[in-house]
Amino acid sequence: MWHYANPKTFLDTASRFEPWLWGLASFLIAGGLYAAFFLAPIDYQQKDSVRIMYVHVPSAWMSMFIYGVMAVASIVGFAFKHPLADVAAKAAAPIGAAFTFVCLVTGSLWGRPMWGTYWEWDARITSVFVLFLLYLGYIALWRAIEDPTRAAKAAAILCLVGVINIPIIRFSVDWWNTLHQPASVFRLDGPTIHPSMLWPLLVMGLGFTVLSFALLLLRMRTEVLERRLRALRLRAGGG
Amino acid sequence: MRGFVAVLLRDLQLAVRAGGGAMLSLIFFASVVLLVPLGVGADHKLLAKAAPGLLWVAAALAVLLSLDRLFQADFEDGSLEQMTLGTAPLELIVLAKVLAGWLTTGLPLTVASPFFALQLHLEGEAALMLTLTLLIGTPGLSLVGAIAAALTLSVRRGGLLLSLLVLPLYVPFVIFGAGAVAAKVAGLSAVFALYMLGGLSALALVLALFAGAAALRLNLG
Amino acid sequence: MRLGRVAVEGREISAERGGRQLFDNLHFAVGPGELLEMIGPNGVGKSSLLRLIAGLVPLTFGKLIFTRNGKRLGDDDPPATSLLHWLSHQDGLKTVMSVSETIAFYGRLFGPSQREDAVLDQVGLSAKAALPVQYLSAGQRRRLAFARLLISERPLWLLDEPFAAVDAQGRALVQGLIASHRAGGGTVIAATHDALAGDARRLSLGSVL
Repeated sequence: MWHYANPKTFLDTASRFEPWLWGLASFLIAGGLYAAFFLAPIDYQQKDSVRIMYVHVPSAWMSMFIYGVMAVASIVGFAFKHPLADVAAKAAAPIGAAFTFVCLVTGSLWGRPMWGTYWEWDARITSVFVLFLLYLGYIALWRAIEDPTRAAKAAAILCLVGVINIPIIRFSVDWWNTLHQPASVFRLDGPTIHPSMLWPLLVMGLGFTVLSFALLLLRMRTEVLERRLRALRLRAGGG
Repeated sequence: MRGFVAVLLRDLQLAVRAGGGAMLSLIFFASVVLLVPLGVGADHKLLAKAAPGLLWVAAALAVLLSLDRLFQADFEDGSLEQMTLGTAPLELIVLAKVLAGWLTTGLPLTVASPFFALQLHLEGEAALMLTLTLLIGTPGLSLVGAIAAALTLSVRRGGLLLSLLVLPLYVPFVIFGAGAVAAKVAGLSAVFALYMLGGLSALALVLALFAGAAALRLNLG
Repeated sequence: MRLGRVAVEGREISAERGGRQLFDNLHFAVGPGELLEMIGPNGVGKSSLLRLIAGLVPLTFGKLIFTRNGKRLGDDDPPATSLLHWLSHQDGLKTVMSVSETIAFYGRLFGPSQREDAVLDQVGLSAKAALPVQYLSAGQRRRLAFARLLISERPLWLLDEPFAAVDAQGRALVQGLIASHRAGGGTVIAATHDALAGDARRLSLGSVL
């Protein structure tokens, strides 16, 4: 396990895996989009606008999933002091923020035909909005602290405080506004969404996941190289 | 415990002598209360309806404004590192400083809140409920804020960053705080929201002790 | 010494700050009654080494061994941070607090304390006890910072540039304080530009690369 955590080994392994991830992500997303546009049925109420769901819902999944990845990386980085875990947490944040942003924008576009407004203070969209701010705060903290080791620890503390707070925020927003649709895909008694709509959604979800990992590896490689550059410059700078 | 009391008393003394004490946050609170009717109009019903949320947002912002000073001055003049060498653990020092901060921001707001509530036409039991929620909730605001204040300690001009880190974490406090008052106004039970608010403050206490002290150690290094 | 006699040993200590190597594979040792002087130009990490010993910076490479009365500090002993005083460039003073309030505060913070008036007398500030710190000169503030070392007896003193901002008279005072601390079995580690005492151990932190 630690073998792959060596930056050199990581760079080699990552560059070998990346093309496969890009390929797989393109294949899944292309297939998912085709299914979403041409195979999935239209909703009898929402008509074609329901197709926004195939981007909106997987983005929402990713926004949560990537925060989870950051939290795990933060714990590993904090407990085992391994710099690669810090790099992973740092690299994941903008990807998560981007998916969260996509989720907000598509949600807003979807809201127009559905609720007749671009912004409804619906519980779920509100929590996603808060999540977006948490991402931005995390990224800003990384950027504000110059020393990478210190920045990593500070960001890890913030991320973990955030992880504890996300369910609470979610719960409080739910309490505040009960005017939301019940979560309809993942339920213990099985999905209520029709299978012909479900499978393109899952393909898109899988595609987004693979895409996230491809982006993550790319960003991590960049970060490792940037740190190496920084070290070289410090040495060249004298001392 | 001696260390805890020493830091608490010293911070209160400093707040009274140099920081403007309890007055600054009260003046801020009063200014917000003044601006709102001027901005949205003086309609009694509208103001009364908006009052719980408004006063809670104003309280959150008042606490936020005080966070910048919480550790910064002691960090810059070296007092903070001396405190890590005292007999009291750093967690207790954090608690003492947050408590002193709350006594000079959150508490005065809480005590004065019924009067501001009256200005916004929130009266009777609802106004008292507002005071109760602030009493339970503002310590939590100070505690959560202390974590962010400790994290941004070594950041130059970290005030804006501090608010970006803190405000999303204030969401549940504002929801349950203002929610309890709104429930009271609507004739519903506020008990659940009050319990939640108490729980939030308790959780904030635990988080602030550990995350706050960890962040301070990090920035002293 | 109430808290015992303390020795410090550092083995293979390396440190970096912001990715920049400060020192590498450093060894030093200092025992009760001794003074260790760290010499070297600015920027070689003298302050950083003191901060490491003070526990303000986590040690990442190497070992720091504290012994008290000849025995290594174990889990049941008080932490090393409660056995030492740290004097940095920052005096840790509040301008609106009076001299006696300041020293009383540090007395309570650091645990069992000496008599405040006796301590102020030792640093020559008795006459200023009631004065707020803002009316003190730079040299007087430095003396007040030194009073912090005396208000609660701790065996290990870590001093960063103890002569900074003191006049000739203050210099003699500081030397006297260090000498009497050592005479009582105390240990001193100081970062300095110029020699403090003839019988000091020396630790030369390498030149800037």
